[in-house]
Amino acid sequence: MTFEAFVEVRKHPGIADPEGATIERALPTLGFTGVSAVSVGKAFRLTVEADDEATARATVEALAERILANPVLEEVRVTVTAAEGARA
Amino acid sequence: MTKVGVVLFPGSNCEQDVLEAVRRLGAEGELLWHGDATVDGVDAVVVPGGFAHGDYLRPGAIARFSPVMEAVTLFAAEGGPVVGICNGFQVLTEAGLLPGALSKNRGLTFRCEMATLRVDSCKSALTEEVEEGTILSIPINHFEGNYQCDPRTLATLRDEDRIVLRYVENPNGSVDDIAAICSADGNVVGLMPHPERASHPLLGSEDGNRLLTSLLRAAARRAGLIRT
Repeated sequence: MTFEAFVEVRKHPGIADPEGATIERALPTLGFTGVSAVSVGKAFRLTVEADDEATARATVEALAERILANPVLEEVRVTVTAAEGARA
Repeated sequence: MTKVGVVLFPGSNCEQDVLEAVRRLGAEGELLWHGDATVDGVDAVVVPGGFAHGDYLRPGAIARFSPVMEAVTLFAAEGGPVVGICNGFQVLTEAGLLPGALSKNRGLTFRCEMATLRVDSCKSALTEEVEEGTILSIPINHFEGNYQCDPRTLATLRDEDRIVLRYVENPNGSVDDIAAICSADGNVVGLMPHPERASHPLLGSEDGNRLLTSLLRAAARRAGLIRT
């Protein structure tokens, strides 16, 4: 089966995020108020061939921990869904 | 003659400077292509600065999987002196040869300037010839030099005397002003400043030579040319 995976890599709570802070400071000058906790991360989309969703998820989680994120600074969140038409 | 191997990744840009600096100090220098899984014949390895693999994903993230890194890891495990400079430091942390990570500079500025450093440990291959407390002027040139690690790692680094260099004025937000750390045995060293850019009077400082001289001594010991 084909699965589509979405990997979000974001900083651990407490790790300085100077990019997020800079964007947050810029927002009021553009007229956007009431926006806080801006954080900058990375996002990845992958397509995975696997027997089932659990296997696909395990693969993506393993590769995300191994290369997509640096565990010292970052954490990952993985979403896996069956590719459109895969169930047909 | 001792031989220093300098790793060349696509995107490295300080390898010639390192070769020139070690040759001026009387050693032999040789480039080690990242795609070759060997460091045979060298007595020390330098992972130089630059933008290995374009710094894609994160600095050092792709480089750590280059075939040469397996050989570098083995060489380090056998006690061989390994020094990562700037991007090379980032590669060594990504490869797990040194703890922690280097994140974006506090203030989001690329810092390219002379830095004043204090030698805080002489147990590393890069500082064994330098006295503790020595002040050195060596340039930095980085965007991601903000050294970070968890509190337990920091305590270990302090307890084991592994914080090799500290900035006198912290330019990037590094925890505990850290500019360089080493492995438990002291043979693997990572530093953000560029000693090869402080290796000739024309460059404004020769202080980098003091670190490179230490490295060449460690290399000579590795080669069996000297005993202590």
